[in-house]
Amino acid sequence: MDAANHEWHWTMLMEQSLEGDCAAYHRLLSLLTPALRRAIRSRAHSVGLDAEDVVQEVLLALHLKRNTWIRGTPIAPWVAAIARNKLVDAHRRRGRRLEISIDSVVDTLRGDSGDSDENAHDLERVLTSLSTRQRQVLQAVSLEGYSAREAAVQLDMTEVAVRVTLHRSLKSLAALFREETS
Amino acid sequence: MKTEALIRALSLDAARPIVPLNRIVGLALAAGVAASVLLFTLTLRPRADFPMALYSPGFLFKMTITICLALTAATLLGEVARPLGRGRSRAALALAPALLVAGVAIELFVVPGNEWHTRLIGRNAPHCVLLIPMLSAVPAALLMLALRRTAPARPGFAGIVIGLTAGGIGAGLYALSCPDDSPLFVATWYSFAIAVVAGICFIAGKRWLRW
Repeated sequence: MDAANHEWHWTMLMEQSLEGDCAAYHRLLSLLTPALRRAIRSRAHSVGLDAEDVVQEVLLALHLKRNTWIRGTPIAPWVAAIARNKLVDAHRRRGRRLEISIDSVVDTLRGDSGDSDENAHDLERVLTSLSTRQRQVLQAVSLEGYSAREAAVQLDMTEVAVRVTLHRSLKSLAALFREETS
Repeated sequence: MKTEALIRALSLDAARPIVPLNRIVGLALAAGVAASVLLFTLTLRPRADFPMALYSPGFLFKMTITICLALTAATLLGEVARPLGRGRSRAALALAPALLVAGVAIELFVVPGNEWHTRLIGRNAPHCVLLIPMLSAVPAALLMLALRRTAPARPGFAGIVIGLTAGGIGAGLYALSCPDDSPLFVATWYSFAIAVVAGICFIAGKRWLRW
């Protein structure tokens, strides 16, 4: 498939997703992720950002802001606009962080702690800022891969409550990322 | 968390139906207008000569300008709320100012020079400058909340468009009770009041419409 075909395929999947087809949506995000990685990696690495963090931020934004896509238009330019916004934000955040934490820079220079994991696992770190319930639900459906019903049984909640909590936890995640930038 | 795990969570959440952007903005706009109309009926009343004013060119001009501003700015809301600015129709924003300039030119031509100053100062400038922002506040706040659920390409500009929409609504309502009909008055005090609203919304947009 050439690029135009890829993009047409993405657009079709997004149309189906907005009709409530979760499988199409899973497929769309799985297809978009490698493309996002390629686009983000070169731009992130040059300034020392962890590309995967930015990829995850972009995926969250795509998800929460998908009502800003105009149905019937190609999806690729819209995805690119969201990715660009998140990259700019991440750069800004990185800039501030370098300004304030000279100590951690010195530590990296000494090179005694192997890798700079401090910045590499943003999502892990923000996860700990969620409420216990939100974190439990998010981990059940993501890490353990439960369906909403399975998670409900596991956590002794109703299925509706699982879905509501999941949505809130995703919004909180996005907000926590944003707070770090301002 | 692995990206694959995040995608699983997002896919599960995709079952939740999205609220169309136009509906979010439309509801905020309708509720904002309703709230300002209510505020107007509670605190102000139409000017004493109201039915007769409908035949006054100055009054009609004032209503045209403010409604024109509210409409042209409101039609841009759906566009500035998106991450991909299409650069279309922004020129429409120039329509209300262009009409205003034309009105002022006619006024300067028709009215003798020694009356310009009196007409510009008018009778109720402080009222105008206070009440227009007051009547704009609720629409501005509701539109701000609505656009927080979207992804504006340029948050500051989105704020300005919110401010012009809300300012147009507030000015249109205030115009019903305002006794000063000269385009000179409108160009000075209405513009000032609306610029204040737009300026506040610009700052608010930069702060709260980032995503």
